[in-house]
Amino acid sequence: MSKSSKILLNPIFNDNPITLQILGICSALAVTSNLYPTLLMCFALTSVLCLSNLLVSLIRNHIPTNVRMIVQITIIASLVVLVDELLKAYDYENSKTIGVFVGLIITNCIVMGRAEAFAMQNSPWMSFLDGLGNGLGYSLILIVVATIREFFGAGSLFSYEILPLVQNGGWYVGNNFALLSGSSFIIIGLFIWALRSWKTDQIEDPEFKVARNNLETKEAGTRI
Amino acid sequence: MNKNDTLIKTLIVGICLCLFCSIIISTVAVELREKQASLKLQDQQSKILSSAGLLTPEKDIKEQFKSIEERVIDITTGEFNYSLNPNTFSGKNFESEDYSKNLSTSIALSSKEDISSLKRRENFTKVYLYKEDETIKAIILPIRGLGLWGTMYGYLAIESDLNTIIGLEYYSHKETPGLGAEVNNPRWKALWKGKKIHSNEGNIKITVIKGIADRSSSEINYQVDGLSGATITSKGVSKMLSFWLGDLGYKKFLSKLKEEIEEAQKKNV
Repeated sequence: MSKSSKILLNPIFNDNPITLQILGICSALAVTSNLYPTLLMCFALTSVLCLSNLLVSLIRNHIPTNVRMIVQITIIASLVVLVDELLKAYDYENSKTIGVFVGLIITNCIVMGRAEAFAMQNSPWMSFLDGLGNGLGYSLILIVVATIREFFGAGSLFSYEILPLVQNGGWYVGNNFALLSGSSFIIIGLFIWALRSWKTDQIEDPEFKVARNNLETKEAGTRI
Repeated sequence: MNKNDTLIKTLIVGICLCLFCSIIISTVAVELREKQASLKLQDQQSKILSSAGLLTPEKDIKEQFKSIEERVIDITTGEFNYSLNPNTFSGKNFESEDYSKNLSTSIALSSKEDISSLKRRENFTKVYLYKEDETIKAIILPIRGLGLWGTMYGYLAIESDLNTIIGLEYYSHKETPGLGAEVNNPRWKALWKGKKIHSNEGNIKITVIKGIADRSSSEINYQVDGLSGATITSKGVSKMLSFWLGDLGYKKFLSKLKEEIEEAQKKNV
């Protein structure tokens, strides 16, 4: 695999920002109860991520080290404000639902993390690809979570009814828990489990080992 | 020392970056402001029309909204206020909440009165009248109050008998999608049509109950099915209705308007 395609594709499964780095969970919980706002959010984050990586990388040789985080945040925040304004001007109805979370992209660890870890050391084009790859990795998880949540919670996809709900005269009783943010934790958790069973190198070494039961050790000691 | 880390370079980079970012943001904000405002206005107008059941997809919303008359009222006295221009009212066009933040144009609510957690109530607000041949057919009142996660803003449309509800529409809320946000479910909204506000004794009786209302009971005219899984939102809706239709809300305005309408009807006969 060439270097650029590796940078682009690695963050999708091998180095996914959500499942491996566990970053950006907040918005993955908040906006995923319906597919359409989720797609908008993915689009917003991916564009912010690409552009912030590109801009940070362009001026990386001129950023004073002691204020580099402030510089990065200024760039990210400006881009987020831009995206928010555009959203309000072109899709008012949905900007009402996800408006708050678009603003919170500023604090999304993925964006700042990539700027600091990648864009500060790499060329603009590579940084752009890295942003795109991480954005796609983030989007993949969000779309999976949103599909499951909307399908089981509201019996629909993109608000298009698939399982007719009881309250609309159908037969399906919506799973209310799937509509609450907490369910995303479970879905993301299962996703991480599935991914790590497939790619075993992602399994982390345990940070500590549980000591054996005291009583057992004593008994074991006497027996010896 | 790295050449980037000198004081001069730090200042130059900082200032240039800030200038660059602020120029871009302000340009975009100014360019898009009009478009955003018109979308917002359109959204509000469509909600006002739809609360009164007047919204049709065939015609342009602006065109349809021309049939609605905007009036400013003084909530305290219950009379129309003609000195405030409804078009420029509160600067924000629709949100009279601005007035509730100003000490001189609002009253504080005691914790007993403040069932809907508003803290202050504005003295002036904008209401909307829909007329056919000079007679009032619908009155649309802005209401707001606490739901589960935040304040819900909406419009209540009532018929000219000032007792029958035409519809209830929320244009801004923070309720849980799929649970509390079902206040915007067309099926639930349709339940409001024809419900009565006051009992025969004149008390406010309309409520959102928990569960499904008994269709055969005599109380059905005053009861709306609760939203399943959203008890607090349902309670919030009941509370905001009883606040806004009560003494501190539009009660005076409605009773004065009722007299006016009755007089007009007598004249016509």
